[in-house]
Amino acid sequence: MTTANSAVASTPATPTSGPQAGPGGRLSSALTHHWVRFAVRRLARLLVSVWVLVTASFLMIHLIPGDPVRGAMGPTAPAELVAARREALGLDDPLWVQYWDYLRGLATGDLGTSLISQLPVADVVAQRLPATVSLAALAFLAAVTVAVPLGVTMGVLTRRGRGRRTELAFTTSSVVLATVPDFLLGVGLVYVFGVQLGWLPVAGNVGPEAYLLPVLSLAVGPAAILARIIRVEMVTVLEADYVRTARAKRLPAPRVYLGHALPNALTAALTLGGLILGAMVASTVLVENVFAWPGLGSTIVSSILNKDYPVVQAIVLVYGVGVLLVNTTVDVVLALLDPRSMIRED
Amino acid sequence: MAAQRTRQPTRRWRQVVRTPLGAGASLLMALVLLLALVAPMLWTDQADAVDTGNILAGPSAEHWAGTDNLGRDILFRSLVAARLSVGLALTATAIAIVLGLLLGTAPMLLGRRLGRLVTASVDIAVAFPGLLLALFFAVIFGVGARGAVLAIGIAGAPSFARLVHTLVAGVAARDYVAAARAAGVGRVRVLLRHVLPNISEPLIVNATIGAGGALLSFAGLSFLGLGVQAPQYDWGRLLFDGIGALYVNPAAALAPGLTVLLAGLAFNLFGESVAKGLGVATLGHLPERRSAGPATSGPPTIRAEEPVVAGDDEAPVLDVRDLWVSFPGADGPVQPVRGVSFAVRRGEAVGVVGESGSGKSLTALAVSRLIEEPGRVEAARLQLLGADLRTGSERAQRQLLGTSLAMVFQDPMTSFNPTRRMGGQLAEVARQHQGMTRRDAFGRAVDRLAAVRIPEARRRAGQYPHEFSGGMRQRAMIGMGLMGSPALIIADEPTTALDVTVQQQVLDLLQAIREADDVALVLISHDVTVVGEVCDRVLVMYAGRIVEDLAAADLATGAAHPYTRALVAAVPDMETDLEQPLAVVPGRPVAPGEVPAGCAYAARCPLADDRCRAEDPQLASFETPDHRVACWHAGEPIPVDGPREPAPVDPVELVEVDAP
Repeated sequence: MTTANSAVASTPATPTSGPQAGPGGRLSSALTHHWVRFAVRRLARLLVSVWVLVTASFLMIHLIPGDPVRGAMGPTAPAELVAARREALGLDDPLWVQYWDYLRGLATGDLGTSLISQLPVADVVAQRLPATVSLAALAFLAAVTVAVPLGVTMGVLTRRGRGRRTELAFTTSSVVLATVPDFLLGVGLVYVFGVQLGWLPVAGNVGPEAYLLPVLSLAVGPAAILARIIRVEMVTVLEADYVRTARAKRLPAPRVYLGHALPNALTAALTLGGLILGAMVASTVLVENVFAWPGLGSTIVSSILNKDYPVVQAIVLVYGVGVLLVNTTVDVVLALLDPRSMIRED
Repeated sequence: MAAQRTRQPTRRWRQVVRTPLGAGASLLMALVLLLALVAPMLWTDQADAVDTGNILAGPSAEHWAGTDNLGRDILFRSLVAARLSVGLALTATAIAIVLGLLLGTAPMLLGRRLGRLVTASVDIAVAFPGLLLALFFAVIFGVGARGAVLAIGIAGAPSFARLVHTLVAGVAARDYVAAARAAGVGRVRVLLRHVLPNISEPLIVNATIGAGGALLSFAGLSFLGLGVQAPQYDWGRLLFDGIGALYVNPAAALAPGLTVLLAGLAFNLFGESVAKGLGVATLGHLPERRSAGPATSGPPTIRAEEPVVAGDDEAPVLDVRDLWVSFPGADGPVQPVRGVSFAVRRGEAVGVVGESGSGKSLTALAVSRLIEEPGRVEAARLQLLGADLRTGSERAQRQLLGTSLAMVFQDPMTSFNPTRRMGGQLAEVARQHQGMTRRDAFGRAVDRLAAVRIPEARRRAGQYPHEFSGGMRQRAMIGMGLMGSPALIIADEPTTALDVTVQQQVLDLLQAIREADDVALVLISHDVTVVGEVCDRVLVMYAGRIVEDLAAADLATGAAHPYTRALVAAVPDMETDLEQPLAVVPGRPVAPGEVPAGCAYAARCPLADDRCRAEDPQLASFETPDHRVACWHAGEPIPVDGPREPAPVDPVELVEVDAP
């Protein structure tokens, strides 16, 4: 029965034969090497972005047509007072001196002085920041907590062209939900739960339940988009060869979906998801204004209207850094989930 | 390409409008544009009429949505605001497109170094949310409608620039652009004549969606008090005024809120449905990638009974009788596997050969219970180690299949999960089916990797699949199958994706495992040589059936089916004259959906006669009990130049000669 094998069986099989033995050591150091390169590259990009951000916020005050101090103090302010204030702000120095002073100030945590209240801007930011950060972080968490299980479930239910009706219902409702801008949703929620039902506070940060409506307004749209992206990715990933391998290992279905398909679906979804989550940082501006939330968002708007430029400058900077932090975090999570993403960027 | 695009756009756009979603979106869109056009002409007076006796009144017969703090009608103001809102949004979008086009085409026009700088700047700007950019520019351009238009326009530019850049890069790589440039056509001319016309469609679609975004952003800025200022009013401004009176007259905020929502939805849905209809990718949305596979599931079909294979004394490892696989198709179910019967004894190596589409891989997947809905598997018998795979609890089946059956797939590059370490992927099997601890399972994985001759197995187990070469991955895949104690390995084209030198290593490994543990092997391959070398017995499949079952040793000289003989003849050997064209099996394989009556091979067979075309031959013993053939002319000599020519016009005469 085994006549055909004799020739093959006699071929000596050397354990470490082939070209694989050599590159073994190099391959492992290659991974470390990739991590180092990834870290360096990502850090460089972050630094360049921060530099662009800082420079842009510095230039903002100089790009405004006319004299910003005159604008802030109004046309009736005496000329001497305006000149004195310009002097105090260093606006009469050469541009590069001002730039240097600005950078030095930032390095020491000095964000300048408010034109209106004369308070250090750093104090204003420090006082307002926690309310905004807690709001954004909760909304961020809520969006991901809802979107991932929803997207995965929908992906499993609609894979291989199944559940056409489920898919249509889900896609349509997620498109509609994603179109509703956060501040309009906020107004609607205030009307229903505050005005009509009177269940929840609609203004200010007056306790844990006050978070509910602002977080909801912020999270619904991004959650809808994320869930949609994750579903599409799941549908694609579930067709992959390695999912078939997982099934061939006879793992229970939840393990196949969550252990093998989800990490791969997430790596693709996160690339877009990072932008969406970054945008949530800026969305707090509008939502804070709907709910009179005592954060940076209400401060920046009143400061723009009052032409209190140093405060605006600082808050724009804070938002920008927030977005960059979210983006970087997403990139790192991506690299941890899928080590190939580090190499792909090369 | 350019000509094709311009010839049929009206037809394609009309198709978009025909879908329910597209029709609804188009209607809504037309309504919004109509409102923007006529509302100020019709209702400006009513919207501006001050009614001091009716300040901040709720909805009434006179004022459907109530009045504002000057007693002006909210509903009329919301309708009249359409023109300013839509107008500002479109202006801002136009600014974004123009800037986006300039920035996006700059890399092509400016040359490499400057172009890179522009691209890098755009990349940095894109990372920041549009609203943040809009706020930044709103500060610079000042509070008011003009400043807000500029701010939203400029804020929208980076993402458009990125889109244009991607589209331009795609088109610029095409042949006709390269040809035009080679012919000395200037860059600007190439851009205007060849590139832009070809990216106009996705640009328009994205501009529509962008306009919806601009509309909502504008409402946002006006709502913050940074956009339109009194006495002018857009939807955002009305909302800004209305929210202060939310407790007194909620309609003052809800009416403009709803109109802006509907208008935004109109732009967005219209853009999305056009994108879907035209197959254009949009910003921030992934195109749906779906595998084909209609959802309708057809009923099982009536099929011919096939003679049952003679049993062996020893219980076979795998016993398959009358196996059918069907998938729903556009015109009823398609059956790529049509009544396959075979058995594999302990330690036996069975090869399955046939061209692609012959059903050999699906047979393997069906036997291993890996065919998913909407595919259907049916069999008169399907037993692994005596256990019925058609019935029994899922749990028991998982346990049996997980430990006794090992699968090796064709492409080792895609068959491992790229996000998980190799050791963990192997260990998972032992943790699942043998209840091992994480530590023990990992130890077993390292041991198995060493068993399949992976050097430095412990270190390798901590690596990711992309750090393994193709041959190593395939050996690791075999190692994964050895985590349990398999009685059968099903290897589906295990060497096809590998280099010739590595192929032999993998085959040697399979061979060694068989001999060491008396493991049976089903080796699926289109390569007759590989199968002949490794296997004891060969099943030849054609159009979803086994057409011949013979000992591998007989393959070269003892094959009886003309198809088997054509396959063997097509293999080049040392004596093949390389000056001559290589032999092939003439004609094309039968597609699963269009199996003819009679013998499926008749159209390509040099021996075929009328009976072959009318009656389907069944698999039956030929000369010895172990040799089975499904052919009316089994073993008859084939005309000398037969295999290289299409079927002779009248092959009947040639069949006269008896088989030896």
